[in-house]
Amino acid sequence: MSPLLSLQQASIAYAGTPVLHDITLTIHEGERIAVIGPSGAGKSTLLQQLYKQSPALCAWCPQELGLVGNLSIFHNVYMGRLAQHHWAYNLLNLIYPQAAERRPVAELIAQLELPDMKQAVDALSGGQKQRVAVARALHQNAHILIADEPVSALDDWQSERVLSLIGNRHRTVILALHDITQALTHCQRIIALKDGRIVLNADASTLTPEQLQWVYD
Amino acid sequence: MGVRLNVRNFHIMLLVTVAVCLCLGDWHVYSHDASGILQRILYGALTPDFSGTEHLAQAITNTLAFALLGVMGAWLIGFLLALVYHRRAVRILCASVRGVHELFWALIFLQIFGLHPLTGLLAILIPYSGICARVYAELLEETSATPERNLLSADRFSRFVWARVTQAWPHVRAYSGYRMECGLRSSAVLGFIGLPTLGFHLESAFKQGHYSQAFAVLYVFFVLIGTRHWWLRPRLLPFYVLAACVWLPAAPAINTALLWRFISHDIWPQALLAGNLTDALAWVWRIAINEGMPGIGNTLLLSWVALALTLLLGLLQYPWVSRHFVHSRGRWLGHALLVVLRSTPEYVLAYIGLIWLGPSMLPAALALSVHNGAIIAFLTGKASNTLALRADTPGGINRYFWVVLPRMYRTLLAFTLYRFEIILRESAILGILGIHTLGFYIDSAFEDIRFDKALLLIALTAWLNIAAEILARQIRSSLTLKTTPETI
Repeated sequence: MSPLLSLQQASIAYAGTPVLHDITLTIHEGERIAVIGPSGAGKSTLLQQLYKQSPALCAWCPQELGLVGNLSIFHNVYMGRLAQHHWAYNLLNLIYPQAAERRPVAELIAQLELPDMKQAVDALSGGQKQRVAVARALHQNAHILIADEPVSALDDWQSERVLSLIGNRHRTVILALHDITQALTHCQRIIALKDGRIVLNADASTLTPEQLQWVYD
Repeated sequence: MGVRLNVRNFHIMLLVTVAVCLCLGDWHVYSHDASGILQRILYGALTPDFSGTEHLAQAITNTLAFALLGVMGAWLIGFLLALVYHRRAVRILCASVRGVHELFWALIFLQIFGLHPLTGLLAILIPYSGICARVYAELLEETSATPERNLLSADRFSRFVWARVTQAWPHVRAYSGYRMECGLRSSAVLGFIGLPTLGFHLESAFKQGHYSQAFAVLYVFFVLIGTRHWWLRPRLLPFYVLAACVWLPAAPAINTALLWRFISHDIWPQALLAGNLTDALAWVWRIAINEGMPGIGNTLLLSWVALALTLLLGLLQYPWVSRHFVHSRGRWLGHALLVVLRSTPEYVLAYIGLIWLGPSMLPAALALSVHNGAIIAFLTGKASNTLALRADTPGGINRYFWVVLPRMYRTLLAFTLYRFEIILRESAILGILGIHTLGFYIDSAFEDIRFDKALLLIALTAWLNIAAEILARQIRSSLTLKTTPETI
């Protein structure tokens, strides 16, 4: 089976400083992958590179969220589907959200326990904003979901719910996570990065949290 | 009232009031051959004729001399006034002098000094001092108070200079540069009422239908403004002071008898000089009703429609200079276009517009919004360049409406409302061209040699401008928009 996304000996540098070295990676249909590693290891850059391989195939949830603060929750979630509609229909929904578009968004935000979808995103807490960003990525219904630390601002219980929801709605998932237990519970493959290199690429069922601790040392 | 002014209500209010203004005002096209005239004007724009250069050189140096001396003087006086701006009397004085447009000041000084260089100099110096004082004071006030609190042992003067002036200095410098650009525009426009600056040649060329010559003058003016950042250097300022003194046109003798007569007699109502207060009040009332009310009404009408158009043009044009919509080479073109639009004074644009469409509010509103819309588009576009967008941001119209506009709209609205005061000042002035705003009645009074009436109407205009300043500030603060001015 041909891979959905692949990187061959990719090296990335920002302003002369190397961030990723010699990365070779393939991602197949149905894989759930967790990217772990200490801060600054290059997780975000790796995810961005994977996203750029095939933007049309991927839903993207960046770490900095990139929500439009003075638009409502509905609008921010709907933005996941901008590419799927004509711009005029999008404009209509910007001014007057259509019932057909409100319904799926309402379901999604109820599952994520978000408040009234007319609220402006500026007024939300950090955790709520993060869930809006996840909702936008889920709403996109793309083939692959790539999310960079999608639950970093949530408590354990909420993280569990959000990760389960992601797992239920997407067969192929690439997540950057900082919690090893979450990574092992929700993903089948663990990719560990350290100083811009892949230091581990293994099946999650063969690993325990203790075995992964060295990545952070 | 239960209705709170928020951005949505503001738009509803704007739409309704603009619709009313469009019903009340005169928006006809009076020109019989608008397309033919436009063709000739555009042909002139494409074939500029620089052959009248000896006049042009003189006009350039005169324009520079008035602008340089007038604005540099205003920097100095404005800064000194800014130091005592907390005093109510100073604030009132500054509001009054900047409430009167430089062209009105020039019309007044023309009666006193004739075509003496003082006329042009004072016409720029006086209102610009009031404007600079206000802006410098706001910039100083905006600085952080913390550095000053850490310097409590130092004397007051040192504290002020080291903790306040140093913080505000970059902004003061940027604003002062922008004021020089405005000063160049004002100086050029003074030519339209007879001073020997670029506007004089512009007007006579346009009047005679020599559009190629007119555009040559205009292009020279664009170069002057466009290269401002290169030639306006702090260390060259002493040189410019000297040069400007040399460049000033020759000074005819001032007729002191005439001057005294003007101040002691001409500007006062006859009834008041005769000691009849009731008649004087009746005279004031008559002018207020017959000339003041229609003048104010038309001025407000014109400026309100121009404000809405400015907002619209700002919205349409800011993507030209935003990196989120146009790549670097295209942005260069956008910048060039906006520089041309904003460098052309409203007065000149309106003058051309009137030749094209005839004397209605339509060309005036277009002129005001084209000039101010370009400024707002430039500022908004520049501000939008600091936005960082996600990797999956859509392009085109989706990007405009969903991603960039929601984030930039309040900024754009704040810039637009700040321009309202400027639009109103200019709307009054455009009356000189024949549209029935306040300037029309003032200019007619000067032509009829009824200086008392002219001055009363000028005072009325100043009050209107002050009221608008207060209103615009209140709208901005109730929409929680930034209240300080922006410069280019």
